[in-house]
Amino acid sequence: MSHEAGEARRTALYDRHVREGAKMVPFAGWEMPIQYTSILEEHAAVRERAGLFDVSHMGEIVLTGPRREEEADRLTTARISDREPGEVQYAVLPNDRGGIVDDILVYKLEDEVLLVVNASNREKDLRWILERCGGRATVTDRSLETSQVAVQGKRARAIFAQVAEPDLLRLSYYHAARGKVAGVPAIVSRTGYTGEYGYEVYVPWAEGPRVWDALLDAGRSEGIAPVGLGARDSLRLEMRYCLYGNDIDETTNPFEAGIGWVVRKKETDFVGKEALAAARKSGARRKLAAFRLGPRDIPRPGYEILHKGRKVGVVTSGGFSPTLRAGIALGYLEDAADEEEGFAVRIRDREAPARRQKGAFVASSVKEEGEEES
Amino acid sequence: MNVPEDLKYTREHEWVLVEGKIATVGITDYAQSELGDIVYLEFPAVGDRVRLSESAGTIEAVKTVADLFAPLSGEVLEVNETLPEEPERVNRDPYGEGWMFKLSIEDPSELEELLGAADYKRLVEESRR
Repeated sequence: MSHEAGEARRTALYDRHVREGAKMVPFAGWEMPIQYTSILEEHAAVRERAGLFDVSHMGEIVLTGPRREEEADRLTTARISDREPGEVQYAVLPNDRGGIVDDILVYKLEDEVLLVVNASNREKDLRWILERCGGRATVTDRSLETSQVAVQGKRARAIFAQVAEPDLLRLSYYHAARGKVAGVPAIVSRTGYTGEYGYEVYVPWAEGPRVWDALLDAGRSEGIAPVGLGARDSLRLEMRYCLYGNDIDETTNPFEAGIGWVVRKKETDFVGKEALAAARKSGARRKLAAFRLGPRDIPRPGYEILHKGRKVGVVTSGGFSPTLRAGIALGYLEDAADEEEGFAVRIRDREAPARRQKGAFVASSVKEEGEEES
Repeated sequence: MNVPEDLKYTREHEWVLVEGKIATVGITDYAQSELGDIVYLEFPAVGDRVRLSESAGTIEAVKTVADLFAPLSGEVLEVNETLPEEPERVNRDPYGEGWMFKLSIEDPSELEELLGAADYKRLVEESRR
């Protein structure tokens, strides 16, 4: 991971984090809260009530101009040109070999296309896009002028209702709209990376604290907690979502990573098209698999995955699931990818039995009853 | 950061309470706070012999795993059997109910290598800079 030279950047919410007693750590060139009280408590707050996240370190790259949508279609695996404004797609920026330059969100708005990218990849992505865009769209990096906060959890809607314009409450899953939150003009989406119902809110940099305070005040009676990067990671791992740099990178393709569905198009021309078509056809050589271990067996990245005593892969993401009170892991199987049983993870000097996990570790609650994703 | 005056400390953030020929061992308030939520511990069994500075167990926290080092050589006389069931006691009360094991002090000269409270406090403050 490349870090920018010099001091780590601080988000507009830095003072709020310090006031809440957060432990601050360097992360992707930023000084971010890893936890406020306890990862276990913050994780439980999101699963049971609501959590408030500062995700201002994420990058926002904007495409404008008349050909912006065709360009977004060409640069990413999403296809938005034939969709309605307001739709958001999870996608990847592919390289020419079908590898993943980054995993991103693509927002189709009325007047622009917003690409939300990982903090650690922002500069790389920007270069990548500029090199390939060739003037067909205007590319603007809005990362350092945008604050982003997320409210996630079963009580998120009740909390959001107190501070947001009513129209924003009608957003469907993976849709976005402009509106006002705490009186501040914002882009709001029904997205998040926790597996819970929630919203992500983009506002001008200096307005971040006002929106943060409003959500925290509104959430107090609902049991909201500010949540750091520690619980953000355990929440996403329980949902089996990929983490860039651990589970996916430029050497892995979406099919191997189990996110082949992001490659949504056939007929249009796009970066990596041939390589991705070949990868789809040949099937995954290796496969990102998930495993559940015992309560005292905590797998960490780099630990070996064994099948009948033979090394078949390495843990890419692993840790303790606060919801299941058990070890959980993701890792690529280079071999034995179709086997169901006989797995273990080597934890120091012992082989800890590992059960193959189908689907997410914890049931997702991202949608309301009866709600469909478009 | 709580650093009791009556304890001795290692550079690896263990604390030692010396009572005659018996030493009680745990990890410091600073260590538990750096590790965050502790969810599992492995340490020696009664009757095991541990050696100065060698690994004498593992502390699993949600976000990381750390070695527990023996602050002195000796035989394990007693272990805190409540910890595997309630590892959060280490976070809650690292110098009290979060103690880990008791050793017979085999070589009293090893005690001279341990740090006093003031020196340990200085060590932590330097590592924070």
